[in-house]
Amino acid sequence: MAKLSKTAAIVGAAESDEIGEVPGKSALQHHAEAAHNALADAGLKKSDVDGLFTTGFSTLSIGEYLGIQPRFTDCTWVGGSSFVVHVAHALAAINAGYCEVALITHGETGRSARVRGRGSGFTNPNQPQEQYETPYGIMGPPAAYAMACSRYMHQYGEERTRQGLAEIAVSTRKWAQLNPKAMMRDPMTFEDYHDSRWIAWPFHVLDCCLVTDAGGAVVVTSAERARNLKKKPVWVLGVAESHDHNMFSQMPDLTSTVSRVTGKAALQMAGVTHDDLDLAMIYDSFTYTTLVSLEGLGFCEPGEGPDFVKAQRTAPGGDFPLNTSGGGLSYTHTGMYGMFLLVEATRQLRGETGERQVPDCKIALVNGTGGQLSSTGTAILAVD
Amino acid sequence: MVEQTYDKPIPVPQPESDYYWNKAREGELWLRRCDDCETAYFYPRDICPHCFSRNTSWVQSSGKGTLHAFAIIHRAPHPAFKAEAPYVTALVELEDGARIPTNIVQVEPEPTQIRVGMAVEAVFEQITDEITLPKFRPAKSGL
Repeated sequence: MAKLSKTAAIVGAAESDEIGEVPGKSALQHHAEAAHNALADAGLKKSDVDGLFTTGFSTLSIGEYLGIQPRFTDCTWVGGSSFVVHVAHALAAINAGYCEVALITHGETGRSARVRGRGSGFTNPNQPQEQYETPYGIMGPPAAYAMACSRYMHQYGEERTRQGLAEIAVSTRKWAQLNPKAMMRDPMTFEDYHDSRWIAWPFHVLDCCLVTDAGGAVVVTSAERARNLKKKPVWVLGVAESHDHNMFSQMPDLTSTVSRVTGKAALQMAGVTHDDLDLAMIYDSFTYTTLVSLEGLGFCEPGEGPDFVKAQRTAPGGDFPLNTSGGGLSYTHTGMYGMFLLVEATRQLRGETGERQVPDCKIALVNGTGGQLSSTGTAILAVD
Repeated sequence: MVEQTYDKPIPVPQPESDYYWNKAREGELWLRRCDDCETAYFYPRDICPHCFSRNTSWVQSSGKGTLHAFAIIHRAPHPAFKAEAPYVTALVELEDGARIPTNIVQVEPEPTQIRVGMAVEAVFEQITDEITLPKFRPAKSGL
């Protein structure tokens, strides 16, 4: 694996034209706009693309809509972590010679779909959760993640866990205030957090990500080609993927995601340590997701997350820049948010993020989480 | 006369789970258990998810266990659950070894009334002629 380190790079990254509340656009439009913008960012044409990656939709749909006939196709679906996993797969495919320019697209209209309707709702009765979870109202992410958090609180203390969650919510909002594209930019105090309404105890609404309309895309290509494009290559130093369950009730340990495996593997492949990292972009579908991932990724020991995020050290000006876009909590969260971790990390590494720029940002860790805390994909990205 | 309708999702039994739902209808909770690694597991499937043995069989659960994790759902995830919110979703660790997703009923949906680790026991809620859902309540008899 180490020999694949730095053999490919992200050379284009973008969102769709408008993100947030965009009632006038379909999910496919978001895919297309983001693809268009990311290719323009890379200085590449649609005809250069020979590898197509997406999820939610099949690559069949995206290939058709965009008019792309790839020679490598991958619609791996592992929830919100999919796009980070796609980067890993693109790296492998490029090295194996299956493609040279990989386009990874995303688009969802989670917010506007609430108004237009989501169809019938229930899914395939062959899925075990349709027999054993949905009849109990264990549906959608909040119930599952909230239950996991209740277990964490039981093991490690409710009050200190609560304070850790609050620290993450408040610091993430501070970053969002520096991002013009963020949906939630009003100041948030600790009091606001604690006073906000319950969604699913132990989660307040301010523990939960937004539901937005947005698209994103990244372009990955070989080292050789990356060096000759218009922007600084964002090297893929290390990648890793795993999952250990699908439906929530099958999760082996509610206080530990497979980031415990993928973090270590990605860092090892990259040949870097935690101390080398300048930025962490860690999936925040809920404050708890970030808390438990910091532990899994090895930034601190299990149960130490609340101490690790203490005193706003993850906020602007703190010594651990975390989710500088404002995250899924305050910037945007379509449903499968992982794409936007990649977009922000790429921009930070290139020095394109204005007011919220992390000084001298050279190496970033990206960790996507998917399903019901089911899957993770970790990537270590860097610039020369 | 207007019939009362049950509009929440109803399980559709599958070949591996017919027995489970038939027994639930009779007010019993049955688990699949591996005869080789001697581990009970949930959900029911023929091949043991631990040791991959095909030597598995049904065993009746005592229906007693402890609360492993819970949430109090205030914002219903689907219109069909609106009337019920706030309601309690949970994972119960059965004394027989398996962990099962469920609801905690016959309790105030307040964090002060429910704690991880508390003893719970199965109760059975008939929702249609065919389907009865195993749910749990705080144990009356203790473990």
